[in-house]
Amino acid sequence: MSEEKTLQELREQIEQLEALNSRNGLDLSREIDNLTEKLAEREKDTKEKLEEWDKVNLARHPDRPGSEEYLDYLMEDFYPLHGDRLIGDDGALIGGLAKYNGETVMVIAQNKGGEVEQSQQSNFGMLRSEGYRKAQRLMKLAETFQFPVLTLIDTPGAYPGKEAEERNIGGMIAKSISEMVSLEVPTVAAVIGEGGSGGAVAIGAADRVVMLENSIYSVISPEGCAAILWEDRDKADEAARALKLTAGHAQDLGIIDEIIPEGGSGAHEDFETTADNLDHSLSNHLEELENYEEDQLLAKRRKKYRSIGSFKKVMKKEQS
Amino acid sequence: MPLFRDEEYLRVDFEDKEEKDEALWVKCKSCEKLIFKKKLQENNHVCPNCGGYFFLTAKERIKTLVDEGSFTDKTKRIESDDPLNFVDTQAYEERVEENQTETGMFDAIIVGRGEIKVNPLVLAVMDFRFIGGSMGSVVGEQIVNGIERAVEEELPFVLVSSSGGARMQEGLLSLMQMVKTASARDLLSREKLPFISVMTYPTTAGVQASIASLGDVIIAERGALIGFAGRRVIEQTIGEDLPPDFQSSKFALDHGIVDSVVERDSMRDELAGILDFF
Repeated sequence: MSEEKTLQELREQIEQLEALNSRNGLDLSREIDNLTEKLAEREKDTKEKLEEWDKVNLARHPDRPGSEEYLDYLMEDFYPLHGDRLIGDDGALIGGLAKYNGETVMVIAQNKGGEVEQSQQSNFGMLRSEGYRKAQRLMKLAETFQFPVLTLIDTPGAYPGKEAEERNIGGMIAKSISEMVSLEVPTVAAVIGEGGSGGAVAIGAADRVVMLENSIYSVISPEGCAAILWEDRDKADEAARALKLTAGHAQDLGIIDEIIPEGGSGAHEDFETTADNLDHSLSNHLEELENYEEDQLLAKRRKKYRSIGSFKKVMKKEQS
Repeated sequence: MPLFRDEEYLRVDFEDKEEKDEALWVKCKSCEKLIFKKKLQENNHVCPNCGGYFFLTAKERIKTLVDEGSFTDKTKRIESDDPLNFVDTQAYEERVEENQTETGMFDAIIVGRGEIKVNPLVLAVMDFRFIGGSMGSVVGEQIVNGIERAVEEELPFVLVSSSGGARMQEGLLSLMQMVKTASARDLLSREKLPFISVMTYPTTAGVQASIASLGDVIIAERGALIGFAGRRVIEQTIGEDLPPDFQSSKFALDHGIVDSVVERDSMRDELAGILDFF
């Protein structure tokens, strides 16, 4: 709102100057040009910021289709597997054996749930330690039988709970990443809504990573980032822009392989078009990956993650 | 020019370097006693009065661990190029420069080759002063370089973490360092080279949820903070206060998260002892 006020003030200033300019015969055109330029810049900034924030809201839209809908639509058959074989079953992570394009695949998907009751059961997509251990179990199972692994990412982040910490949720995320990046089967990950930090990347260390057009993928939630760096949670829109968490940015940074267009003004409006596009993309990537031998696949994946990062040479300074 | 300085273990002040050196006395956060700075340095930055731990810089940490004169700095000469053009209350580029000037480091980690009681190893040590020891592209790359060096020279790899997590200012690139380091870590196992992870204050979030938790042996220094989510966030989520020892070293040991809790003074002996088994 304050941004809008600043823009309005700038517009008024320009109007006033323009009025003075013609009335008194003074040459204020330089000042007017300066202000006009400034206004244009501010407007562009504001628009960009809104665009990023719009995406955050779209990614979190209450009617946005979740993993269950996509699995229902895409899989010819799905046999869910439950439990981490130690503590329990995490409703935020659904997974199991599925038939996809006639072949058996292992599906591992984060599940936010739809209605209130379901959302509570699935803890709004926030996994506990059990969920990550379950994911690891399914990954290993897939590897044993050489099934490709498909993951769907949709989580605000791992669950910040007392028991989660007591059960080493951080260590479980680490282990999931480590298992996934070493799998000797093709892996494809799709961010379908929110890709919330470590909790998301735990099932995202894939050969190919794709994102739906209006999904987000970020190192930290915009609110969390705003609270830490701006010391003000209300600056979340600004943080969202700074974090460059949209699919477009992720592609520019070389982190993802493809942006999947959504139907209508988003998946919540046109699920079928979105799901068909996702289907097309997943099928293509899996088909391409089937061409590689196991060791080739692994070497390629390791090379890909080895090279992620952005830095420059230090020219003069000595580390003292 | 203050004669006394309240130097806390939990918080790092980015004050003028010269001024800092002028302070002769520091105040211990645990017992609030004033301690002669030189005495503190001689005592591994452990309070001689109550045994409370002060922060160690990466360099100081290395000195407490390796045989004198055995350490060669192999930190790659790289620095952040601000890939996101990130600006919060300060431009990230500026923040990095300031931290470099303050610490004399390229980024939040030093990697090198050294010996601990004649056991040769590759040692990587994080420095919390540098943007909270956070892991961005540079820290990730340095860790992977260290691992690759260890593999090349057939040496064990030891990482001493002191990090708040992934570096927010590099966005997704930081998040991906979790995968990058976890992936590189497997190289060591394949060559049957041990990876010992030492968690100090703090080892949290993206670092605890990746490379630091992937050690063959995981040691916590007494007084460490070990966990994924922050205490405040958890308290807000569950609506209750957490016990004071939550996410402490002892908590981590009690919950099977680490193999042992070690005093700062005995860390060198402990590491030498473990390395001897491999």
